[in-house]
Amino acid sequence: MLKYIIRRLFMLIPVLIGVSILTFSLIHLIPGDPARSMLGEKATEAQLESLREELGLNDPYIVQYGRFLGNIVQGDLGESIQSKENIAEQLLYKLPATVELTIFAMILAIIVGVLAGVIAAVKQYSWFDNISMTGALFGVSLPIFWLGLMMIWLFSVVFNILPPSGRLTSGMELTTITNFYLLDSLLTGNWAAFKDAFSHLLMPGLALGTIPMAIIARMTRSSMLEVMRQDYIRTANAKGLRTRFVVFQHALKNAFLPVLTVIGLQFGLLLGGAVLTETIFSWPGIGRYVYLAVLGRDYPVVQSTILIVATIFVLVNLITDILYKYFDPRIRFD
Amino acid sequence: MHTESPILQVENLHTHFITKAGIVKAVDGVDFDIKPGETLGIVGESGSGKSMTAMSIMGLIPSPPGKIVEGEIRFKGENLLTKTKKQMRNIRGKEISMVFQDPMTSLNPVFTIEKQLIETILAHESFSKNQARSRALELLHLVGIPDPKKRLKNYPHEFSGGMRQRVMIAIALACNPSVLIADEPTTALDVTIQAQILELFKKMQNELNMAIIMITHDLGVVAEVCDRVMVMYAGKPVEYTETNHLFDQGKHPYTLGLMNSIPTINKQKKKLEAIDGVPPDLRSLPKGCSFAPRCKHVMEACLHIDPTLTEVNDHHFVRCLLYEETNSEKVVSP
Ligand SMILES: Nc1ncnc2c1ncn2[C@@H]1O[C@H](COP(=O)(O)OP(=O)(O)OP(=O)(O)O)[C@@H](O)[C@H]1O
Ligand code: SF4
Ligand SMILES: [Mg+2]
Repeated sequence: MLKYIIRRLFMLIPVLIGVSILTFSLIHLIPGDPARSMLGEKATEAQLESLREELGLNDPYIVQYGRFLGNIVQGDLGESIQSKENIAEQLLYKLPATVELTIFAMILAIIVGVLAGVIAAVKQYSWFDNISMTGALFGVSLPIFWLGLMMIWLFSVVFNILPPSGRLTSGMELTTITNFYLLDSLLTGNWAAFKDAFSHLLMPGLALGTIPMAIIARMTRSSMLEVMRQDYIRTANAKGLRTRFVVFQHALKNAFLPVLTVIGLQFGLLLGGAVLTETIFSWPGIGRYVYLAVLGRDYPVVQSTILIVATIFVLVNLITDILYKYFDPRIRFD
Repeated sequence: MHTESPILQVENLHTHFITKAGIVKAVDGVDFDIKPGETLGIVGESGSGKSMTAMSIMGLIPSPPGKIVEGEIRFKGENLLTKTKKQMRNIRGKEISMVFQDPMTSLNPVFTIEKQLIETILAHESFSKNQARSRALELLHLVGIPDPKKRLKNYPHEFSGGMRQRVMIAIALACNPSVLIADEPTTALDVTIQAQILELFKKMQNELNMAIIMITHDLGVVAEVCDRVMVMYAGKPVEYTETNHLFDQGKHPYTLGLMNSIPTINKQKKKLEAIDGVPPDLRSLPKGCSFAPRCKHVMEACLHIDPTLTEVNDHHFVRCLLYEETNSEKVVSP
């Protein structure tokens, strides 16, 4: 097992090199002069030349790539062209914001989705099954944008019980350690900040989690229906075990494998796709960061963010593969 | 030999499945009893209701669509059909346990053998986990699995078919049941392994004085292990007697057909499909004798009158108009 993990971690190296080449090429794939596309039509030749010099665009590609890679390895992601801020520092704050939101949304989606799927399968054709699966069908096709706005209108404007934007109420004290606010507030024993951060997470988390929740619910249901027909479930019942035990242990552990695949995929998608949610709820994460960078042609920011997100994507895949082994001992790693 | 009173009595059992296409009378008036230490065989073609008889006893008829509509199942004198769900759960796997046909699919692939043994023990006995563990070890030893200590930690896919069936038997024996139902326990195994498993059943029966209901396609198995035998056709018992009687003086045309379909020269086994014609559609049984469309001795009366199970000799019952004494008088009524 450990050997497998180490081998997989080594296999990450070529993948990441590939990703780095892709992100590096990004700047050169855009037709025309990169310096001009960054500075716009009105830039003077002198300005362009100084930017080229600054970014090293005059050097041969291979030298540029070497430098790019060397900097990354040292944790130096360069500066934003627009704001001149250090990108690594920015990401250190923005990445946890997005990851925290994504994990929160996924946990919400998994708990509700799996539970609904299991109950719908066990009570096939019941009113619960009908309602939850119609809801799931609806949930997959719901526009997040609309859902987000409706939630803000309902919970922030009408009932005024949830904050409409941001990660923390301004003025709320929180000592940050990891920049994951829930974690930090727990680590520092700051209960007020925890509640505040949690209430800020609820709406964007739900908005972001709706689609995966619906997909997970449907997947769990069909997988459970398949498993409940198996001989070993009949055996488990014949042993005189409690129904709940049979369903949640014997059946669910078998039914979970295809659900796990969906969860892994959705997690990656959410990380990349949080742009909309972050925009609606003014969430200071990388989604909005990269969105603004793309608009402003801030290539160093775009490159770095893509590289980081791709790395996380690959890591999530690795974790999913390792979890497979937990859920199905028949899977061989060698 | 078996002078004690019966441990299990099934009386006039009717189990029906209510489907869109009509009512399937899977079990349609089954009567039998069995004493401690005795082995009763149930034979019949595919679909004759053998498994559903067993599942009715276990209280595991899937409902809907299945329902026990009539009859009594008395275990130690008490009617199981009036028991609550919880009471039945306490009987299943403890007092009455079951071994299924396909050992490849009847064990849960994602749990170790140890877990699957222990959960049964813990469900019924007030054992500590450690006590259950040593009981599990003892059971594997009992059913003849080599190196049991190491094998406990293995998953089902790490066992051969014969070894898995031994594990299934170990699970069934975990709480020293008084009745063991074996539903075609050797059908999926190759011939030499079959003999070993049958041997194991006999040995366990001698040690524990269990009553065994042996469901099988195979008259060879009946000859090998059964004291008495019930032949089923279309949900009804058609012949019910001691094993020797069946082979010496079997009477029902269906039974005789079954016996002719066993090859006698070599001991090769053969399924019982060799009788001409197909089993009837249980949703719309013919008026009169269900076997009439396939019977060599069919008479005019057989098309109108459904024969009743009649004692033709001491403890030898046959359901056939050829052996009903009152036959001639009944023919008058249409
Ligand atoms: N869930 C169900 N819905 C409808 N009919 C059913 C259902 N389960 C079983 N039956 C019917 O009950 C009848 C008896 O089935 P059963 O499994 O007892 O046969 P069997 O004698 O065990 O056959 P085999 O040798 O193939 O195991 C079959 O005709 C089958 O179609
Ligand atoms: S009753 Fe008639 S049809 Fe039925 S088995 Fe006897 S002889 Fe054959
Ligand atoms: Mg069967």
